[in-house]
Formats: sequence, structure tokens, C-alpha cells
Amino acid sequence: MFRTRSIQSSLSIKDKILSLDYILIFSIFILGLVSILAMYSTDGGELKYHTKSHILRFFIFFGMFLLLSFIQIRFWHSQSYLIYILFFILLLGVKYFGLTSSGSKRWLDLYFMNLQPSELMKVGLILFLAKYYHRISIENINQIRFLFLPIVVLIAPLILVATQPDLGTALLIAAGGLTVAWLAGVRVKFFAFSGLAFLALLPIAISFLKPYQKSRILTFLNPERDPLGAGYQIIQSKIAIGSGGLFGKGFLQGSQSYLDYLPEKHTDFIFTLFSEEFGFFGSLFILFLYAIIVWRIVKIGNITRSSFGKLYCYSFATAFFIYVVVNMMMVLGLLPIVGSPLPIMSYGGSSMMAIMLGLGIVMSCKVYKDTPVN
Amino acid sequence: MLSPSSGNTVIKSKLISRRMFLLTAAKAVVLVGIVGRLVSLQINERTKYKTLSDKNRFREWKLAPERGVIKDFFDKEIASNKQVYQVHFIPENSKDIEKLFVRLKTILNITDKKLFFLKKVIAKQKPWEPIIISDNITWSEFSRLNLFLHELDGVKPVVSVARMYPDNSSAHILGYVSQVSAKDLQTKKYLKDLHVPGMTIGKTGLERKLDQEIIGSVGFQRYEVNAYGKRIKQIQVNEGQAGKSFKTTLDFEVQKFTSELLKDKAAAVCVMDVYNGDIISLVSSPTFEPNEFVHGLDKKYWNSLLKNEMRPLTNKTISGLYPPGSTIKTLVALSALENGVIKPLDTFRCKGKIELYGEKFHCWEKEGHGIVNLRKGIQRSCDVYFYEVARKLGVDRLSETAKKFGLGKKVLKDFVEERAGVVPDTKWKKKFIGQNWYLGETLHSGIGQGYFQSTPLQLCLMTAQIANGGFKIYPRILFDEKNNNLRDYIKHKNENPNEPLPTDLLVSNFDLKPLFKNQEHINLIKDAMFSSSNEPGGTSYRHRWENKKFTFAGKTGSSQIKRFTEAQREAEVKQESLPYKDRDHALFVAYAPYDDPKYAISVLVEHGGSGGKAAAPIAKKVIKKVLERHELRQRVNSLLGETI
Repeated sequence: MFRTRSIQSSLSIKDKILSLDYILIFSIFILGLVSILAMYSTDGGELKYHTKSHILRFFIFFGMFLLLSFIQIRFWHSQSYLIYILFFILLLGVKYFGLTSSGSKRWLDLYFMNLQPSELMKVGLILFLAKYYHRISIENINQIRFLFLPIVVLIAPLILVATQPDLGTALLIAAGGLTVAWLAGVRVKFFAFSGLAFLALLPIAISFLKPYQKSRILTFLNPERDPLGAGYQIIQSKIAIGSGGLFGKGFLQGSQSYLDYLPEKHTDFIFTLFSEEFGFFGSLFILFLYAIIVWRIVKIGNITRSSFGKLYCYSFATAFFIYVVVNMMMVLGLLPIVGSPLPIMSYGGSSMMAIMLGLGIVMSCKVYKDTPVN
Repeated sequence: MLSPSSGNTVIKSKLISRRMFLLTAAKAVVLVGIVGRLVSLQINERTKYKTLSDKNRFREWKLAPERGVIKDFFDKEIASNKQVYQVHFIPENSKDIEKLFVRLKTILNITDKKLFFLKKVIAKQKPWEPIIISDNITWSEFSRLNLFLHELDGVKPVVSVARMYPDNSSAHILGYVSQVSAKDLQTKKYLKDLHVPGMTIGKTGLERKLDQEIIGSVGFQRYEVNAYGKRIKQIQVNEGQAGKSFKTTLDFEVQKFTSELLKDKAAAVCVMDVYNGDIISLVSSPTFEPNEFVHGLDKKYWNSLLKNEMRPLTNKTISGLYPPGSTIKTLVALSALENGVIKPLDTFRCKGKIELYGEKFHCWEKEGHGIVNLRKGIQRSCDVYFYEVARKLGVDRLSETAKKFGLGKKVLKDFVEERAGVVPDTKWKKKFIGQNWYLGETLHSGIGQGYFQSTPLQLCLMTAQIANGGFKIYPRILFDEKNNNLRDYIKHKNENPNEPLPTDLLVSNFDLKPLFKNQEHINLIKDAMFSSSNEPGGTSYRHRWENKKFTFAGKTGSSQIKRFTEAQREAEVKQESLPYKDRDHALFVAYAPYDDPKYAISVLVEHGGSGGKAAAPIAKKVIKKVLERHELRQRVNSLLGETI
């Protein structure tokens, strides 16, 4: 143990740089470049606001990701609760000082950017629970009193986000948290019970849904219900993807997006645009990049010795995967439109920041893989 | 401290790894699901979505095709097209339709009623579909519209083409075009892919018969539009194809001349080439103004047409049914000769009437014609002679001959308005009236009264087939270059005058269909018709041409509307003194020139009185006009390789 400690502390800058996961970095970088191309296409083939700002964000946060990699894993472990509390305060801040846009209050005005704390909370919750389950012994995991705190830290931000209202992000935050609990060994029956409780509460929850949220769910079940209204997005997205065919319509040739048939093409529907222009093979390429990223994160989890590191990497990989597939299934018409960005590809600073923060912590697990956290 | 903690960590790690494995498996399933969905959308259903995407992307505006023109024999356009100025409007390009209409009213001459109607149409169709506000505005309105165009969003001044008839003399046979009605769309299949707002289609006459080919194919402008319907750029323009043009056998000059002659009468004239069946002239009077129908008919004008007792909307030449009257006597005589019922020189005595089972049958000549043979019978049109002939002949044999010569069935093809008429016989009466035939009715039939009904065109065809020596011809109104067998036959005969051609040889060599058993009988009838027109005592002697070039041979007829009462007969009431509606229809059929028949004519004057007085003078003038233009017509024919 002393030996490992000495090895870890004696890591030179060079060793640290060499121990970075270059396949992961490379995949993220390629994905970033692809996202810039896609953004350029949404701007109609001109270097306009969205593209410029996306390029800027990508490189800033990509740099941030690389820098965060060198922060000691011990720091992330020790500050986990604090980070969670900080993000929670930001969420509370949204509630009282947030910016309202198209009917929901999600952003904090930080002058240089509009921050969406709910995106950060996706990482914050995983971090908190990873530390929590790292600390309690395996015998205690399934004890009711040790379940109390996780439920509170899960539900509290969920309520704040869901009432913004932003159901999609709330569900994605929950997905991350539940993943940690699952991996830590919380019994299946707890998930089954809470699932039943959720179903029982569903009618009550539905009564709290805004009319537009209800209509989205109904529309998902039958998009042709109102083809010019709520079903419009799903239908147009399916048309765009389907009409892309095997090889796509070609870069900057996506008529669906170019002629404004595609809604939210910068953000939630960026995959649709890409798929329309680059077809089936283009879509497979994107899926492949995401799969590599997830695979590398899981791999880092495998070699990390601390339970904290493992829990964090596995959970983040799973959450990341969920973000990707939920977005794709949504634009492919397999899930209702819930408003979830595609990691790295979608336009949006907070999402980019949160993902890069999460990836930075993963990379620090890699660099300090043999360092005990406490 | 170290070992329990590390043991704990190892167990924990194992648990985490096990659960992670489950999650990874789940991920793989989801990933396969997504790829499967991509395969289904982008590979299996790509054609469907491609179509949907193009449907999104492109929007088409159809362009009405230009209708083909109809020309006469000399290539003069008798139904042509003219440039018209129109106002189109695309509702989605206007911010405030109400305001726009108020503004339009000050610029154009539109009624509130029309605007109300337009609003209803706009509410029904898609906002990007153009609507025609007015399809024919004057030049001054058009230029004023262009001046104020900048304040009229969505309004588009359009220069288009519309049907134009230079003259209304051929209105009946050409027919007219008018806006497509809902019923047209239902009944006419060819309109399905063709329909463009503002398009006109043929409603009657040739315009209707030729509609499918003359209408052309619809063009379109294809635009790329964005999600808000705004046109981004024009992708493709297809001008469409103007409809096929048609040449007819009609002679516009004769049409005009004849139409002028018939001006204030309810009358009809048909002229036909006796060899190839070319219809030279087909005029029905009074006529109407076909141009009025093109841009939506004025209600007042329509009502005036409907109310007119001379029935200007009816094409009397093919839809008017009249008893053939004495014109049928040519066929009665022919039938009797052919059937061996009489010999040409057999005589009957006409005392002005005969009696049959107590019923009196009068001759038009109260005093009687004395001793009458076939030639005199036709020349004087002696009714008693034909009562006797008909009685011997019987109605069934008469009807057989009449049908052979074209009565009782439609002459032209595909004219909805044409009627077949009636050639009665015993079976017909049994079937349609349900009674047995009376001998008295045979006598009436013998002078073309009773159940007989025929159109002027049928009578013209009948005369033409007598004039050409008794061969069947197929009348045509559309120009056809095909050589005519009958011409070849005549040519052959003229070159070899002494070689008699047996009928069976005619049939095999020239594919001719003789309507006679013995051609001598036809010649007897022709000669009798000559005497009727050119020898003193003949019924149309007064209206003959001395000039040999124009000499015609004809037969008068008058078809009775109302039976003369005994009192009227005694008082010798003249036709002229009867009320208009009670007067006889005047008929005249003829062929000319007598010695070398070229044309046959039939003239009908409704309630004109006697054929000799009312119809023959018209025929006389038309015959001259037609024969004067014969050489010109021949020249066109020879240019086209037809010779005689």
C-alpha cells in the first residue's frame, strides 16, 4: 500500500500525460468536429452565430476536460458532497432568480453564459451517490436507514427540475442516480417497489402535467393524431431520417432542415439533421463513436481500483449512454419528445459543460487509477 | 484495518462488476434496437420517406393548356384562341383578404356577389392554391391593375389564352366550351389528372366530341417551398402541351353565307359531298353566340336563349326531328321499283283523294293530278299516287329501304346531341306503341307523315346516296385524307364508259356497297327529281337554275304539324294565314349539278309552309355558292393527292 501510494505521488507530469486515454480523447474530438459540421449545416452552410458559438464552447470545454483530468481523484471524492450541494444551490437559484424562456424557468444568467444547473446536476448526483455508496459497507447497503439519504438527494433536485418544468432532464437525472444505486448493490426489490409506487402515483403525476406535456405523450402514441400540431416534430423528423436513405442527401443538402421543416434542429434534433445528410452509414458512424466513448469509460471503470472510481465511471458511462439513446429514440419516434440534448453534438453550453466535467472526472480516474481515495 | 477494508472492497468490486455486466447487456439490446430502427427507416422505408420529403419540398402549380384549334377545309380557324387578361390571386400571400377585396373593387369591375363566392372558394381550398378572380378583364382594367399592383399583395395579373370563335355561323356544330362543372369531373374520367382551375372544356358539338384530344396536357411549375409555404426557387417548368388541332370538312364561307340566308328563320341546312361524305355545311338557325359561354354565361342571355321559341340552342341539323314529308317519296318509289311492286309506267288516277275503309286520304292538289305515272308522281309530288304505291308496297319493305339509305339511325359518330329518328314498321309499332299496324298508317308513311321522324342530315345523306348512283357513303365532318373508293370507281367508269361493271365486281374491286338491286331504278328516281325541279309543273320549277353548271334536281316536302280540318280544306286556307306554330315545316332535298352530281343538300324551314316556296329558294342560293367554290375545293383535294 505504501508502495502504491509512493508510485502515485511520484507520478511525473510526463507519466500523467502518457496515462491519459487517447482513444477516448480522440473519439470525443472527432465527435466534436462532426458536431461542428452539423452545426454549420443547420446554419445553412454559413459560419453564423450557432456554429461560431458551438466551436468556441466545444474547444473551451474540451480544454477544460483535459485540464480536469489532472486533478487528483481524491479531490473529487472529498468534494463530492460539496459539489452536489453547490449544484443544488444553483438549482434553487434558478427557482428564484432564473430566466424564463418559452414557459419554463431553467437558466441562470451568469453574464458570460446562461447556465442550466439541471445539466450539471446530472453529474453532481452521480458524484454524490458514488461517494455515498463507496463509504458504506456492503452489509449496510440494503438497510432501510441507509436508503434514506439516497432517496432524499435523488428526489430533491428531481422536484426542482420537474417543476421548472423540465420533465426530460428530471428523468435523466433520476436515471443517473438510480444507476449508481443499482450498481452499488441495492436490491432489485427496492427498484421493483419504487417502480410500483411510481405507477401508483402516475395518475396523480399526470394530473400535474402541463397540457403540452400530456399532448406530447399522446402524440408519441399516435403522431398522426395532429400532424400539423404536436405530432409535427416526430413526423418531420422521421421523414428527414427516412429520406436520408443509405448514403444521405449530402452535406448541406438536407432539404428537411434547410427548408425549416425540422424543429429544434440545433439542439434536440441535431442527429436527425446529420442522419438526413449522411444517411444510414453516417448514423452508424455516430453510433459507433458514442459506443467507443462508452466502452472506454467502462474500461477505465474496470481498471480503477477504488469503488468510488468504479461506481462513478460505470454510472457515468451508463448515464451517458442513456442520454444518447434517449435522444436518438426520441428523434426516431421510439420515445415521446421529452427534450433531451444529444451529448456533445447538440447546441448548448451547460450540457457541453456537464458532459466535459463528467468526462474529466472519468479521465482523472484513469490517471490516478491506483490511488486510494481515502 | 487494511484487510477487512480491502476484502470489503473486493466483494464490492465484484458486485459492481456483476451488475455492470447486466447493464452492458441491456445497452447492447438497446443499441441493436436503435440500429434496427435506422434500418427500417433509412433502408426499408426510404422510398416512402423520400416521397414524403419531396412532397414537403416541392409544390406544383398547374398551368392550363392551350386548347387545339378547329379549322375548316381551307385551314381557316373556325375555333381559335385569343389572348385574355386575367386576375389570379394566391390567398396565402395576402395579409388581409377583406381589405384587398375592397381595394380590388375600386380597380376592377367585380360585383359583391362574385366576391362573396370567391371568399367561399378560398375558405375551401389550400391557402397556396391560386384562385381566378376574373378570367377576362379589359386591357384598361389590366393596365390599371398593374399600376396598383404594389399595394395588392397576392394578386397576379396573368396573360392567358381562351377559346374564341371568329363567327357564330358554325356555333351548333362546333359547340362551345365552358368552365368545368362538378358533374363533368364526376362523369369524364380524362379530366381527373387534367383539371386546372379556370380550365374550360367542350360541352356540345365538336368541342365535346374532340375534348379529350383537343384539350392538351397540363403543364406545371414546380417550386421548392419551405415549411411556411414560401417559394424558395423554381425547380422545373413544364409548359404542358397545347391540344391537338383538327381540320374539318366544313367550308367556313358557305357556313357564313348560309347562316346569313337563314338569319331570322328557324331553319337548318346540310350540304354533303355525294362521293366521300364530306360535310361541307351544317347550319342551324337561329344561332347563338358561343363566345358568351367561355367566360361564364350571363344569366339574362341564357334565359333569352331558353325562352326563344325558335330554340337557338338546338342543333336542328342533327337533333331536330321532323317527318320527312314528300322527300321520302323518292325512297317509296325506289323501294316499289326494287321490290317489283310497280313498273315505271304503271299509272294511277288522282282525283284529289282516295277513300279507304271510310277514311279520306287527300292529295295536296284538291283538283287531282289526273293520270299519274312514277315520273309525274315525283315531279308533281302526287300524294294519291304514293298512297297507291305504298298500299301495294307495304310499310315493312318501305322501312327496309329507308333504313338502308340512312334513315332511322345516327349519321355521325360521338355527337351526344345527335338523334336517330324513327323509321316505322309493323314490328316497331308493336314494340314501342303496343298496337297493330293499320293500313291507313301505311298510306301516311308513303308520303312521309305519321310516325316517320328524321333529321335534316339524314335526308341529306339519303339524297347524296341517290345522287352518287346508289352507293353507301359514310358522312364525315373531320377531314380525312384517305382515298375514297367511290372516287376510284367513278374514275374507272369515266375512263371506260362502255364497260358495264357487275355489282359483285364493284363490291370486290372497289369495296363499294351498293344500296340497289338494279341501278336503273336509281337513275329513274334521279330523272324524276330532275323533272320536279326543271320541268314545268314540277314542285320546285320556279326556283330552278337555267345555267347548266348549277342545275339541280330536287324534291320538295312539307311535313304536317296539325291535320287540316275538312272545313279548312274546303275554304282553301293558305299556310301563310295559319298561326306560326301550326304551319307545316318546309323541306327540300336536292343534288347538283344534275348531269354530274357533286353535292347533296337538304333544307328545312320550321313552320315555313310549303317546301317549294320556303325551302327551295334557300337551296338554290346555297347550291350556287357551293358549286362556285367547288374548283377551289378540288384544288385543295388535288394538292392532298386526291383526284377525281
